[in-house]
Amino acid sequence: MSESAIEIINLTKRFDDITALDNLSLEIGWGELFGILGPNGAGKSTAINVLNTLLEPTDGSATVDGHDVVFDPDNVRKVIGVCPQKPAFYPHLTGEENITLMGEMHLVPKDVLRERVKTMVEKIGMEDHIKRRAKDYSGGMIRKVSMLMALISDPKIALLDEPTVAMDPKSRHAVWDFIRELKTQGKAIILTTHYMEEAQELCDRVAIIDEGRLIELGSPTELMEKHQAKNLEEVFLKLTGKKLREEF
Amino acid sequence: MKKDLKKTHREPAVLFLLLVFPVVLTFVFGLAFGGIGGGGTTSFDVGLLNLDATSPQADWSDAFTDNLTSSGVFVVQDFDDNVTGQEALLQGNLDAFIVIPEGFGDSVVSYYGAPFNSSAWTNTTMGLYVDSGSLMAVSAVPPLVQQVLMKTIFGSEAMSIGLPIEIGSPALVASSTFTQWDFMAPGIFAFAAIFLTMIVAQSMTYERDEGLLKRLRTTPVSSADYMISQTLTYMIIAVIQVALVLASSFAIGYRPAVGPAGIAFTFVIAVAFSLVAVGFGLIAAAISKSAEVSTGVSFMFIMPQMFFGTFMPLGGPSSTIARFMPSKYITDALTTLYLRGAPITTPVIWYNLAIVSVVGILLVALGIYLFERYGYR
Repeated sequence: MSESAIEIINLTKRFDDITALDNLSLEIGWGELFGILGPNGAGKSTAINVLNTLLEPTDGSATVDGHDVVFDPDNVRKVIGVCPQKPAFYPHLTGEENITLMGEMHLVPKDVLRERVKTMVEKIGMEDHIKRRAKDYSGGMIRKVSMLMALISDPKIALLDEPTVAMDPKSRHAVWDFIRELKTQGKAIILTTHYMEEAQELCDRVAIIDEGRLIELGSPTELMEKHQAKNLEEVFLKLTGKKLREEF
Repeated sequence: MKKDLKKTHREPAVLFLLLVFPVVLTFVFGLAFGGIGGGGTTSFDVGLLNLDATSPQADWSDAFTDNLTSSGVFVVQDFDDNVTGQEALLQGNLDAFIVIPEGFGDSVVSYYGAPFNSSAWTNTTMGLYVDSGSLMAVSAVPPLVQQVLMKTIFGSEAMSIGLPIEIGSPALVASSTFTQWDFMAPGIFAFAAIFLTMIVAQSMTYERDEGLLKRLRTTPVSSADYMISQTLTYMIIAVIQVALVLASSFAIGYRPAVGPAGIAFTFVIAVAFSLVAVGFGLIAAAISKSAEVSTGVSFMFIMPQMFFGTFMPLGGPSSTIARFMPSKYITDALTTLYLRGAPITTPVIWYNLAIVSVVGILLVALGIYLFERYGYR
């Protein structure tokens, strides 16, 4: 196990003339729940997609569990679990089959997989619905299944890209509990969100980014004290002069 | 692989197109074309072996040959031995093979020596072997050869009188029970599998558009591995399709002239052809911006295969186009097996299998390359 779970050094990603990430540097430790906050288009998903090897950086470097995302992507994929912003799933498969499929893709042994699916489904409160086809699920159920698909391989590092967006409060709290438990297992978790309440509730540290640039880094409490703000939303407003989110 | 097999039976549209459609097609075509069909053709390729060429009465066999050629209906190709000619017929290179027997000229001379005394004639039998895989040849060649024989002996006179020479045509006897369905059935196997192209293209573009492929690319399984597993799935579906088409054909009374080895060969060549269909599907997916567009693009690959490579050859320029259609080679191989009754060792069917297999592997490789290169946009 490497010293840092994730190390990002001067990471830049450009799409033609748009700079999605601008010289971003971060270090995330084991057992840390790290939030990347920012409004839509800030570069949160781009950062996640570089870390999960889907995008190559234009400049700079990033390592995941010591493996370079560009030069050693195969080993990066072995240690990560990715919950994408858009919950990709197979509608003709049941929730259980979708989760199992991802476990198989991560080469989890069958008997381990079966037991793990059962345990995780119970924890997230999906046991009554897990054998129904995913096409019949509500948005919240799909998000939960998508989350389990990301975590079924028991990854050392979880990359959760807005996992609770558009979820009802009850489901969101169920997911929060689930994420908290992951943290106790010593995993490194990166969570992107534009829900400040979520970040304050869950994250050990947060990085606030805007237009691809890191504008503040610290624990929610530190940041609120430093900027004499009541919440992270206010912190962001003071830093950028604009609101972090449009809906809550 | 399991998820795609589940998709096949859980999604009604996919279930219909891949598994129900071949059965329906077999039943509909089998019932609709149960009778002998008709048609026309401009010429037939005929092989000729003249065993009477060195006899003192060789002028008669020469005259028969000349009349055959000058008829304008036959394109005559000379053979030096029976084995080579039969082989050419079996491989579909000839529409018919004629053997002028030894003593042919003597027979004609004996007739003219005693035209009203048949017991004084020297009887011989002309060998006529017709390609039973060609409906046109079976229907038209024997009476045309009979006409040429009459003309050789009598000039343009009446043909209703008795002759010292009869035409032996064992292939014709067998072919007389064929229906048009027998001629179409080999094409059904290719026809059924062709639609795999559309399913593959739709599936890949859907998975791309919905972010599923991206999600899979964050796992240790490479996208090439994933596409190969997709290909294997569709090979299994091709096997199921063959089994369904065979079972449906048997249910409506179709009995091809083929043994267990031929049936096994059918499965093998259908699996090889599924590679072609998957390859085209991947290419269609790579160049399509959405699942809807991929349906239309798939038909650019499906339609030529359907019209130029399955069922009956259309003749003329279309036969030239058909040479570039992989489906033509599976249809040809199965026609040789099912209709001509060729044994499994016949080189031409292995040649057809080799072509389908090589083209299939190349298309899958090209499809994977193009999808990796352009398909993830």
